[in-house]
Amino acid sequence: MKVSFYPGCTLKSLAKAYYESNNAVSKNLEVELQELKDWTCCGASSAHITNERLAVSLAARNLGIADQAGMDLIVPCAACFHRLKTADKHLRQGKPVEGLAIKYNGDFNIKSLPDFFWEDVGEKAVRDKVKIPLQSLNPVCYYGCLTLRPPDITDARNPEDPQEMDNVLKSLGANVKNWSFKADCCGGSLTLTRPDLHMKLTQKILDMAQEAGADCIAVACPMCHENLDSKQPEISMASGKLYNIPIFYFTELMGLAFGDPSVKKWLGRHTVDPRPLLREKSLL
Amino acid sequence: MSVAQLPEVIVPNPAFRSQVEEISGERVSDCFQCEKCTNGCPLVFAMDIVPHQIIRSVHLGLKDAVLNSHTIWVCVSCETCTTRCPNNIDIAHVMDSLRQISQREGVKPAQPNIPLFHKIFLASVKRFGRVHEGEMATTYMLKAGGIEELWGMADMEMDMVKTGGLKELLGMAGIGLDMYRKGKLQLLPHFPNRQVKKIFRATETKGK
Repeated sequence: MKVSFYPGCTLKSLAKAYYESNNAVSKNLEVELQELKDWTCCGASSAHITNERLAVSLAARNLGIADQAGMDLIVPCAACFHRLKTADKHLRQGKPVEGLAIKYNGDFNIKSLPDFFWEDVGEKAVRDKVKIPLQSLNPVCYYGCLTLRPPDITDARNPEDPQEMDNVLKSLGANVKNWSFKADCCGGSLTLTRPDLHMKLTQKILDMAQEAGADCIAVACPMCHENLDSKQPEISMASGKLYNIPIFYFTELMGLAFGDPSVKKWLGRHTVDPRPLLREKSLL
Repeated sequence: MSVAQLPEVIVPNPAFRSQVEEISGERVSDCFQCEKCTNGCPLVFAMDIVPHQIIRSVHLGLKDAVLNSHTIWVCVSCETCTTRCPNNIDIAHVMDSLRQISQREGVKPAQPNIPLFHKIFLASVKRFGRVHEGEMATTYMLKAGGIEELWGMADMEMDMVKTGGLKELLGMAGIGLDMYRKGKLQLLPHFPNRQVKKIFRATETKGK
């Protein structure tokens, strides 16, 4: 299967483990990711907060490139996914874009990574690749905001209780826990500007994951990962309660279950070292 | 966060509502104040005018109160309100429009660092076509911290050297080094992109 791929800026820096693990598991599943030629930033939150016309055009530029390739477009970052879907709806309604000459057929789907692996690659293909079932692992799946809401933009089937990532991890054998915080907000765009607010939201998510009996959290968004993983030392210092919960990109867990040899390299990029937990569970 | 004092006697003025409805394309006047937006909002504890009150204030024309609020800046665009509104008002989109009106009309933002961050983020995109996280975050910290805080940090570092807190000092430099070691810092920015610059020029010129 061959698809277009829009990594987004963060996968090339902060979220390198997501980029690498997704590349590896896609290869395992015989998915060929063709990175959009000369892709540029989607504009993220900053553009839509500042100037709507700029926001649409920045995202639409990338859709123009995907349109020419004519294959489904896979978007691993939740914020990029949201911006590209917003521009896609705008173009499909025939609304104008500025600063950009674009002819849009829109003959392709834009997919988030959990949706793509669950709906297009499918359960059987995933199950067939599992060499090390993750039965001893008890993750909760954290989806965050922007692959889900609002459903008019994201086309999410179940924005309040999504299942795609849960299903993928269940096919790996993991003992996925149910919880009610899978679609709550981690305060993503306030990370640098109001760390106090975002840490309060993030701490709540960590607490609720523990209450649900999880020993780790799986995510599908680079900002969610950054907030939940790298802020744990600061949250521990500020609250006096020690947090040490491994946060995985769900593609890392797929790679782990597939027995991919580069797993250790990805796991070495985390703030909270997940390797002790995996060794304890005899998975590494 | 203290709650904003809204005026006791209000003479409704439709001009602001019309402006917001025109810019956002959202029918704010459809709101029947069910408060679902406020009940689902994760940032409500940090807001001075909660979401359903913002909508009602727009409806009544309380322009100054709305544009000067903390709410329009601490809203994190999680889209929960938009998803749950029974009247299909895209409330997160209304918040975007309010921020844009406030910026366009030169209102001093109640949370100045937040629009500053977005400005620096977009400057990085304009310059390189893709955001360069290292450059963007460093520029933001320098500008948002202000000179006093920077001096404060330099002082703290001097103190650490004097009091033998060399370990802490190295620890601070160590965060950057650690990110580099973990491959989370991209050193070189992307090449500038002509089309992206053109998009910025075309969308910036018309009344911002």
